[in-house]
Amino acid sequence: MTEATISTPDAEIAGDSVISIRNLQVEFPTQLGTVSALNGVSFDVPRGRVLGIVGESGCGKSVTARAILRIVERPGRIVSGDILFKPGRRKRGGAAATKPGRAGSAAPDSANGSVEGAGEVVELTALDPTGDRIRKIRGQEISMIFQEPMTSLNPVYPVGDQIQEAILLHQTPDRAEAHKRAVEMLRRVGMPNPERIAKSYPHQLSGGMRQRAMIAMALSCTPTLLIADEPTTALDVTTEAQILELMRELQEEFGMSIMFITHSMGVVAQLCDEVVVMYLGRVVERASVDDLFHDPKHPYTVSLLRSIPRIGVNRGIPLEVIKGSVPDPYSSVSGCPFHPRCPSAMKGLCDTVLPEETTIAGKPDHTVRCHLYPGSTPAQVASSGAGE
Amino acid sequence: MDDTLLEVTDLKKYFPIKQGFLKRTVGHVRAVDGVNLSVKRGETFAVVGESGCGKSTTGRTILRLEEPTGGEVVFQHSELGKINVETASAKVLRRIRPEMQIIFQDPFSSLDSRMTVGRIIAEPMIINNTLSGRALRDRIAELLTVVGLRPEHASRYPHAFSGGQRQRIGIARALALNPKLIVCDEPVSALDVSVQAQVLNLLEDLQDRFDLTYLFISHDLSVVEHIADRVAVMYVGQVVEVGTTDQLFYSPKMPYTEALLSSLPTPDPRKRTRPTLLMGDVPSPANPPSGCYFHTRCPYAQDICKQEAPPLRDIGDNHLAACHFSDELQLKGASRLSEVSATLAATPQSAAAPQPGGQDSAASTASAQEATK
Repeated sequence: MTEATISTPDAEIAGDSVISIRNLQVEFPTQLGTVSALNGVSFDVPRGRVLGIVGESGCGKSVTARAILRIVERPGRIVSGDILFKPGRRKRGGAAATKPGRAGSAAPDSANGSVEGAGEVVELTALDPTGDRIRKIRGQEISMIFQEPMTSLNPVYPVGDQIQEAILLHQTPDRAEAHKRAVEMLRRVGMPNPERIAKSYPHQLSGGMRQRAMIAMALSCTPTLLIADEPTTALDVTTEAQILELMRELQEEFGMSIMFITHSMGVVAQLCDEVVVMYLGRVVERASVDDLFHDPKHPYTVSLLRSIPRIGVNRGIPLEVIKGSVPDPYSSVSGCPFHPRCPSAMKGLCDTVLPEETTIAGKPDHTVRCHLYPGSTPAQVASSGAGE
Repeated sequence: MDDTLLEVTDLKKYFPIKQGFLKRTVGHVRAVDGVNLSVKRGETFAVVGESGCGKSTTGRTILRLEEPTGGEVVFQHSELGKINVETASAKVLRRIRPEMQIIFQDPFSSLDSRMTVGRIIAEPMIINNTLSGRALRDRIAELLTVVGLRPEHASRYPHAFSGGQRQRIGIARALALNPKLIVCDEPVSALDVSVQAQVLNLLEDLQDRFDLTYLFISHDLSVVEHIADRVAVMYVGQVVEVGTTDQLFYSPKMPYTEALLSSLPTPDPRKRTRPTLLMGDVPSPANPPSGCYFHTRCPYAQDICKQEAPPLRDIGDNHLAACHFSDELQLKGASRLSEVSATLAATPQSAAAPQPGGQDSAASTASAQEATK
């Protein structure tokens, strides 16, 4: 492996991040061979902000989300790497977002002084995936909205009962109180007549309403981190706009962090603060949303942005395409995983040497993994002239 | 010569709702409820709308894959002339179907996994007895080349191909009988964005080469804006607006079209907008509201909208809209979407604005190459 191991001392977390993922590797051993879903993913989820994760199918964005909650599907397993989690929501100005019945030291963060419900740093990869500790975190500290609102609700229980379940488990043993909170949550997500909706079964609701119910469930314990895995992909544009607006409002109100997985660049532009671009189980670029759209560095990001039809821009001219398609997961690509499709691939370098992550000069928050940028080519390769 | 290839008049498709032991029909889902369309030869006519609005059923009923409840679909056949597809006999249908083909949405379920690719593409030609033996094999190889695959792929099975490649196989099958009209039912919505562009370019290229007419069904407005010449917007089984792509996207005359365009996210983080949100959900086609079907969600609705259904009428330049107030309302189009910052990276290279990133990367390419020496 050319992968440089980043040594992370235990329980150290970069800056003010909710989640720090370091060199995460996830494999799926199958009969046809081992599929490396994640090949050393590293990024941070900043506190109180929206991080977008973009990439095509098979790039590992959903696996990353599942690894955080330790619900990677069998036979997948985390081979190595760290996922550090530090609880606490950023308090918004004036909004009294106190969480009732919540024990724990609310020691204000020295740097920002406005983090509420901060706790100890937890190394999620070290936890037993079926143990008590992770089960306390799921739903309470980190919750997730899944892509398919049709299949992720239980068809035989009323929606209200399903929302109550999380509240009863984590917050209060009082059923009446839990029911009251569930109804309140449904009201918050903009459901008309929440008392009636709480008694309805999922099949009685439309797709948009089911997704709102999912959001209500995910937010019922006001988590530190909300992971939204393509929450609007199955929805129509008008419903998508409603859901995005709702998530924006709730994020403001609760000050939580959101990890928003999507493949829609338009949604990223409208909702996210920072963006991680993934390709074949690796992070290829990290940047603020403004830099990503106005000054993208990685050829994959550039091509991805250009290949999307844009209204009023590319009528009548062919779309720019990325040649080929994502390689099948069983094969392994040498060098940079994008080189077979890359318009600026350099022979002898990109196809043999895996580029390292490097920071763009003058932009400490903008990193890219590409030989086009100084610092990406591993030093020993660059000096020994492996290119010739 | 009349350049109308397909004329759809008052097309209806109701699905019965059956209940109880005796399966009595208790009502109807009006999936397609009086659709009028006219598709010209050589154009790409798009049908857009939200899920459940009846756009796919319209496409399928036009091909008579669904038996219509009422209405006419007149297709201009190259030999037989004008034929009403909906009343044609089985024998006539068999003669006109080679000229009307379809590309399905899901490239994973629309190819038989037990047939080789060659056999899948050959099937329409075998059924219609157009070619056999050597000529058939040559034609399969030609078709595979046309859609950007290789002739030797004919002996493989669909599972060996990616989504984009499978969609190419579906396109090759649709092209096999030299059709005039192809109904493209969400042909790119199951594909990844990078592959979506390839398939869209292929469809445009094939249209030029083989003089094809597309009825392009999609829910993705940016894809439609890119590919279509004219667009029809559907809502709860009805066509509510028809116009050229420019008319519809830049001067919509129906509030629903405005709402659809407003929901599209602007792909520029420097232009964050709050969309005009529609209240509520799409009404059920089994029990549509009175008057204009859109009045329950329309921000401009007045009393007349609840009582009278507005007809689809020409409001000038063949721009049709079904709204009582099309003449008065000043609706916003999609121009905000193209008014993005000049430095936006998604702007095509051919655009005048130079790429700051491009120069940067060129410089660093040089330095990277130097570094390797």
